Amino acid sequence: MNTSYIEIRNLSKKYTVKDNSVEALKGVSLTIPKNEIFGVIGLSGAGKSTLVRCINLLEKPDDGEVIIDGQNLLELSKQELRLKRQKIGMIFQHFNLLEQQTVLENVCFPLEIRRVPKAERKKKALEFLEKVGLADKANAYPSQLSGGQKQRVAIARVLTNEPEVLLCDEATSALDPETTKNILNLLKHIHDTMGITIVIITHEMRVIKEICTQVAVLDNGVVQECGSVKDVFENPQSKSAKRLLLIGETEEANYVG
Amino acid sequence: MQNLGLDVFFKGTNFLRLLDGLWVAVRISLISVAISIILGIAVGVLMTSKSRIIKVVSKIYLEIVRIMPQMVLLFIVYFGSTRVFRWNISAEISAIIVFSFWGVAEMGDLVRGALISIPKIQYESSEALGMAASQTYLYIILPQTVRRLIPLSINLITRMIKTTSLVMMIGIVEVLKVAQQIIEANRRVSPNATFGVFAVVFLLYFLICWPISRLASYLEKRWA
Ligand SMILES: Nc1ncnc2c1ncn2[C@@H]1O[C@H](COP(=O)(O)OP(=O)(O)OP(=O)(O)O)[C@@H](O)[C@H]1O
Ligand SMILES: [Mg+2]
Repeated sequence: MNTSYIEIRNLSKKYTVKDNSVEALKGVSLTIPKNEIFGVIGLSGAGKSTLVRCINLLEKPDDGEVIIDGQNLLELSKQELRLKRQKIGMIFQHFNLLEQQTVLENVCFPLEIRRVPKAERKKKALEFLEKVGLADKANAYPSQLSGGQKQRVAIARVLTNEPEVLLCDEATSALDPETTKNILNLLKHIHDTMGITIVIITHEMRVIKEICTQVAVLDNGVVQECGSVKDVFENPQSKSAKRLLLIGETEEANYVG
Repeated sequence: MQNLGLDVFFKGTNFLRLLDGLWVAVRISLISVAISIILGIAVGVLMTSKSRIIKVVSKIYLEIVRIMPQMVLLFIVYFGSTRVFRWNISAEISAIIVFSFWGVAEMGDLVRGALISIPKIQYESSEALGMAASQTYLYIILPQTVRRLIPLSINLITRMIKTTSLVMMIGIVEVLKVAQQIIEANRRVSPNATFGVFAVVFLLYFLICWPISRLASYLEKRWA
């Protein structure tokens, strides 16, 4: 069943700072099927973050539509959007944990907001910490954790909302290659066991290769190419895709050598 | 004892008078501090507004407070305004007005600084978790702002308490004023009184400001 799950239609976004304006997105359309691990790759400034932030409306697009599971997000009321967002998890490059609270408290946080009873909150949080392999760090503070561990906490936190979509904006960009691999494996495991549609935003080829099934190449606010990872990587059509491939290969050579 | 000039304290009600004066100073400080904190928070939130008018007005306000010595403000309010508007405000009220005028500006600036130092991503990640704006402020932004604010505002409070001695200039019977009266009255009998009295005044200020600054550094360490 390859029904479309996230439907992005003709999305445009322009930033104006003083007299300068940048068209970050110029009519982007994408169809992301349910249960897919979908990658969006592009060089810095391509508009990737803007795109992903338009998906959960952290950024309001100037034009276009975002339809998730049949619901047009732009037509929702504030309250409806808030509830919808709980089902659209997002993780960031910088993990944004609350530094003054323990790992467990951080993970409990969304549940607290949703007024889940205390005992249940703790049980659930521990369950998700277990899932990301950090049950033994429940009482540690974020400052005592490594970058990879912090990202795991952020993942456990977002999972407590039981999201149907997970948006990852450069979630591994602050991590070394080994840790990146571990986090990607964790995301794949979550995808396989919980049936969550995952959108991965990255500028790194190897991230796409590692876990994505489909990929869109974004350049200069335009989708240059879109298809299965195999097709795009073995037989790139667009200039941007070819260039990214070249960069990816050099990086890989450097990493191995 | 004679040499240090401390004997003047044991004459009549001198020591009590000194304590009384201290209480007036503390009362002025406490009331101005309370006003400064409450209004300062509101002003600080206002100052983060993008409105041009608010930006300009608050900039001018801050500059006035920074450039004008408090003493000048005190004279303007106490002598100037009473003459111009023909009202009658006590020295204590004028002092409270001036110190609050100053405190609100400084506090507002601290609040504004703390608010804009919270990275945008903190708002966004909480929004992305499906929290309402009010929840974001209450659970994410407020605790972090307060944590940054406490050491800074305690520093402001200690400065305000110290500056209250300025009030003496417009004749409030306040610590330094009382001290000076005691010194004057005893010039003949106890020529060293200047030293003794000021030493005691210093001690009294120290006793008030020291616990506050200890508390400040403790909180700073704990929440840094
Ligand atoms: N808040 C903003 N205000 C003004 N311009 C912005 C803003 N956010 C993004 N831009 C501009 O929009 C363009 C796309 O930015 P975006 O952050 O989406 O790129 P990106 O692909 O995520 O890049 P990176 O890999 O560096 O994160 C850039 O030219 C950027 O300067
Ligand atoms: Mg980005």
